Amino acid sequence: MIRSALVLLVILIAYWLMLSGYLHNPVLLILGAISIFIVLGLSVRMKIIDAETAPYINVMALGYFVWLFVEIIKANMAVVKAVLSPNMEISPKTTKVPMKQSTDLGRVTFANSITLTPGTIAVEIGDDKILVHALLSEMTAASGFAEMGKRAGKAVGDPMLDNLEQDKAPKGKS
Amino acid sequence: MNAELLQWIQFSVSAIFLVGGVFFVIAGAVGVLRLPDFYTRMHAAGMTDTLGAEMILLGLIVQAGLSQTSLKLTLIAFLLFLTSPTATHAVVGAAHHAKLKPKLGKYRAPVPGEVPPVKIAPKPKLKAKPKARTKKKAK
Repeated sequence: MIRSALVLLVILIAYWLMLSGYLHNPVLLILGAISIFIVLGLSVRMKIIDAETAPYINVMALGYFVWLFVEIIKANMAVVKAVLSPNMEISPKTTKVPMKQSTDLGRVTFANSITLTPGTIAVEIGDDKILVHALLSEMTAASGFAEMGKRAGKAVGDPMLDNLEQDKAPKGKS
Repeated sequence: MNAELLQWIQFSVSAIFLVGGVFFVIAGAVGVLRLPDFYTRMHAAGMTDTLGAEMILLGLIVQAGLSQTSLKLTLIAFLLFLTSPTATHAVVGAAHHAKLKPKLGKYRAPVPGEVPPVKIAPKPKLKAKPKARTKKKAK
């Protein structure tokens, strides 16, 4: 909680400086500091500071985004090739992909990553499954989704359901 | 002399990114026109706002150099990275809720000049509504 508040403080300062660019005007700097502390105080009072306050601000998430960007480039090539070829041989398919994330943030990250990768779109999100529409049926390989899910969970520090089940085996899904 | 060379490199790198981005945006537009149904078209539209927009932004970042503008552009790129899949998912999810059936299975582009086989839909059965209306009118 305190860590999240500190992270929010740092982000707000960086954001204010980035958007305003006033580094040498003391009056404006003081006004900026006041507004930052007002925002921080309001969010503490509203009790909205939790793990979701500043998502994706860690080294793991940065690595994940780099990996995701490479995947996006690969998938883009496949879709461009399919779309621009004169025959345009596509094979649309829908599949249900198991979702092993336990937190909302992990689920959003996984579903967003699926949609970001061209050729696959998350259509509907259920309790433990995502309905995915794919442009080419080769793109629906279960292993690819499993790897993406694992990496997405790791990036936001998500305790995956598999691990949770191992911890409390008799209870099952929490 | 050296600075001029550096500027030239900066310009050409940004030009490569911009041209690449424009290529992906145009390919996305062509895809939206060519693909057969709503769901597959969303794939092409998604391509426009991932690599297309990101590459154009990257080109602009290189063009801006190390400055406040490039930081702002990075922020925009990050924002697009998070919001564009959300928007795509919202549109596709709305279509799914409206019970729009996706075309599945293999598809090939129709050959120009060749008449595609037309499926004749069975005639819809007429409902007995008009009768009820006349009765009501008679009353």
